[in-house]
Amino acid sequence: MKERPVSRTAIPRQSARQRRHNFDEVALGYTAQMAVAEATRCLQCKKAKCIDGCPVGIDIPGFIKAITEENFAAAVNILKSDNVLPGICGRVCPQETQCEQLCILDKKGESVAIGRLERFVADWERMQNSPVFAVPGAAPSGKKVAVVGAGPAGLTAAADLARMGHGVTVFESLHTPGGVLKYGIPDFRLPSAIVDEEVNNVKNLGVDIELNTVIGKTETVDELLGRFDAVFLGTGAGLPLFMHIPGENLSGVYSANEFLTRVNLMHAYQFPTYHTPVKTGKRVAVIGGGNVAMDAARAALRLGADKVYVIYRRSEAEMPARREEVENAVEEGIEFVFLANPIRFLGDEKRNLTGVECIRMKLGEPDSSGRRRPVPQDGSQFQMELDVAIVALGTTPNPLISRSTPGLEVNRWGTLVCDETTGRTTRPGVWAGGDVVTGSATVISAMGAARKAARDIDDYLKGSAGPDQVWRENQAGNDRNH
Amino acid sequence: MLYKVLQVKKLTSGIYLFKLQAPQIARKARAGQFIILRIDQEGERIPLTIADWDVEEGSITIVFMAVGTTTCSLSRLKPGDAVADLAGPLGHPTEIERFGTVVCVAGGFAIAVIRPIIRSLKQAGNRIVTIVGVRNKDLMFWEKELRQDSDELIITTDDGSYQRKGLVTEPLKEILDSGEPISRVIAIGPTAMMKFTSLTTRPYAVKTIVSLNPIMVDGTGMCGCCRVSVGDETKFACVEGPEFDGHLVDWDEFMSRQTTYLDQEKYSYQCTAGEQQGHRS
Ligand SMILES: Cc1cc2nc3c(=O)[nH]c(=O)nc-3n(C[C@H](O)[C@H](O)[C@H](O)COP(=O)(O)OP(=O)(O)OC[C@H]3O[C@@H](n4cnc5c(N)ncnc54)[C@H](O)[C@@H]3O)c2cc1C
Ligand SMILES: Cc1cc2nc3c(=O)[nH]c(=O)nc-3n(C[C@H](O)[C@H](O)[C@H](O)COP(=O)(O)OP(=O)(O)OC[C@H]3O[C@@H](n4cnc5c(N)ncnc54)[C@H](O)[C@@H]3O)c2cc1C
Ligand code: SF4
Ligand code: FES
Repeated sequence: MKERPVSRTAIPRQSARQRRHNFDEVALGYTAQMAVAEATRCLQCKKAKCIDGCPVGIDIPGFIKAITEENFAAAVNILKSDNVLPGICGRVCPQETQCEQLCILDKKGESVAIGRLERFVADWERMQNSPVFAVPGAAPSGKKVAVVGAGPAGLTAAADLARMGHGVTVFESLHTPGGVLKYGIPDFRLPSAIVDEEVNNVKNLGVDIELNTVIGKTETVDELLGRFDAVFLGTGAGLPLFMHIPGENLSGVYSANEFLTRVNLMHAYQFPTYHTPVKTGKRVAVIGGGNVAMDAARAALRLGADKVYVIYRRSEAEMPARREEVENAVEEGIEFVFLANPIRFLGDEKRNLTGVECIRMKLGEPDSSGRRRPVPQDGSQFQMELDVAIVALGTTPNPLISRSTPGLEVNRWGTLVCDETTGRTTRPGVWAGGDVVTGSATVISAMGAARKAARDIDDYLKGSAGPDQVWRENQAGNDRNH
Repeated sequence: MLYKVLQVKKLTSGIYLFKLQAPQIARKARAGQFIILRIDQEGERIPLTIADWDVEEGSITIVFMAVGTTTCSLSRLKPGDAVADLAGPLGHPTEIERFGTVVCVAGGFAIAVIRPIIRSLKQAGNRIVTIVGVRNKDLMFWEKELRQDSDELIITTDDGSYQRKGLVTEPLKEILDSGEPISRVIAIGPTAMMKFTSLTTRPYAVKTIVSLNPIMVDGTGMCGCCRVSVGDETKFACVEGPEFDGHLVDWDEFMSRQTTYLDQEKYSYQCTAGEQQGHRS
């Protein structure tokens, strides 16, 4: 029996000095030896709490046990039966608020490093010459399902449905599958090659991906319903929000989506080899306090900015970004301006951005979200000189599909009205999951929702559930209420 | 999937017509819509108007001016070559109704892309006066085609080398002064031309539609790169446009946003220039 280390095994990382100047991955991953050492820390609980914290229900102690036995192939098979994107999830999931938070060892502040182990197993499989995952799928059902959007939700639904035996075609509007994984999250947190590899694994399950197809434009949901037996919408929350303050459309003001899309999806950091440019200012400010703001700030730094500020209207304690990413940002030299809110952008006579004017905030009474509401302080305005400003205030679903699909209801935040347990929308034959239903959330919650929907679609296609019936009753109920 | 180049035609100096295989887009295309195209893995996504389409052949036609890295590389493709990505049709189609008399103003590549608009308006029963502006005689093309689709065609050249000397705004002003009721003006082409067309019609309160060409990335409403101030509102041109009321557009801001990457564009062009020389025939 191997000795059980008490503390979490550290993960090797690029030093802050070095990584400020490159887009290579920050965390480098466990060696096999580190992984085995970390895996032996797991107590193999009979009633493993950690699983409850996992939206896709991975058999966590099961795959960890296989690691302790150095049977990495078995670990791959356990992991991948429940999660088709383990290399991605191992890197970007907020494990500290999910599985690791519920781990029995977390009480001592030293939960098993489940995420790092997940990443190790996925990376190990990628190093093998041939695919390891070999869990057989069901026999062909003869049914066809259209999946819209090739982000985590769409890819997960597609993989599950394909393994249930259905013919699956994914329609993606961009020229590359991956969704936010590809256009939003930068390479230094999630290398593009890993996303490509895991997307390929989904394709290898027999899933077709049709790129450059904008549903709502190239083809409508109604038309898809004519060709397919069911439609799953995993179109995300891609519409960037702005502040609607003066000067916001000056040249030099970006949405985080645009900035990150240029840098990640279009490879602007490799300009001019890649042809898409991005403005690389000396003084950059990012507005917002979430993960997206951290990614934008750290990307701007790597593009060569001297000063990168994050302007956030509340204080450090209320920042929604992951702790780990904030620490990384601080280490790299990002400066935080807390309790400040932009009130207008400043420009020169040619309408180029030159700065921003902010007002100081004070925290008042808690608001409906339970966080203390920031209140502007009269007369506290101050200005900052800037070359580039990046607005990272969040996103809502793009209305392209809801507006072109009769019967598909949205609520007032623009998200689709959807039954939580089944993923059924208000339109018969159409399911949805991920950010398009919840608004901007997490990779794994999108995957969890997609799994539930895939199960319900499968029941529906097999005729063992009667969603048609349910939809009809709903419809009748609605008609009566009107 | 690759999108094959079916036909290539040089219309005039620097302006090319390409027919591309795109059956799905052809099926849905309407006048005034555009596509986003990327030539290869290193390429930029650029928007181009759908100048024509053929459902049976499964093709769309684009007409573009070679002005920078992407459009110059594109101009060097031959029939049988392909582009990596093509998405569309994007944006709202042009509003087509029986308005009465419509003046269509175009310049440069837009001489071609305004044609489906003119055709649809004509079919809807409008009287069409087309005004085309070019720098000189050599840059004019499709005169016969435009004459065929319009009730009246006026051509202006900056240097007077063909037909009327001057800018498009001069005959436009004469028409507005003539007392003939004009229901609407539609302008497509260089930004300055659209801006001055709008300024010309404003005192006459004639509804003026311009087809804006901001820089775009995705073309589906995901990035906000294409945003323009129209009246008091910010609009995403790729999904809420590209056509807007020219009297409400903040032109100075629009032009500033269009030139955001001027230095990088020049640099990128120089970097690919060596490559270009080798290919030019
Ligand atoms: C910068 C950034 C960093 C993030 N970091 C993290 C993190 O560290 N950890 C984490 O868990 N979460 C993170 N998130 C959130 C996470 O990425 C999302 O919650 C998740 O990607 C949602 O998945 P989805 O499949 O619902 O949508 P998306 O990933 O948005 O995928 C939707 C896909 O649908 C396509 N699409 C949209 N409309 C159409 C249409 N009409 N026709 C065809 N295709 C269409 C889109 O192009 C896209 O590919 C981050 C988000 C951002 C923006
Ligand atoms: C909806 C829409 C429809 C368009 N339709 C056509 C068309 O049918 N035919 C055509 O020739 N062009 C059209 N354009 C403009 C075309 O997209 C640009 O000319 C092209 O992106 C230039 O790319 P480049 O790499 O060759 O040049 P770049 O090196 O990127 O730019 C060279 C020059 O073109 C200008 N430019 C760059 N991007 C744009 C842009 N999006 N719009 C206008 N000017 C730009 C730059 O300021 C610079 O002066 C359209 C633009 C939009 C938004
Ligand atoms: S709760 Fe922690 S210790 Fe228990 S099985 Fe899960 S990972 Fe292992
Ligand atoms: S081009 Fe990205 S939103 Fe219009």
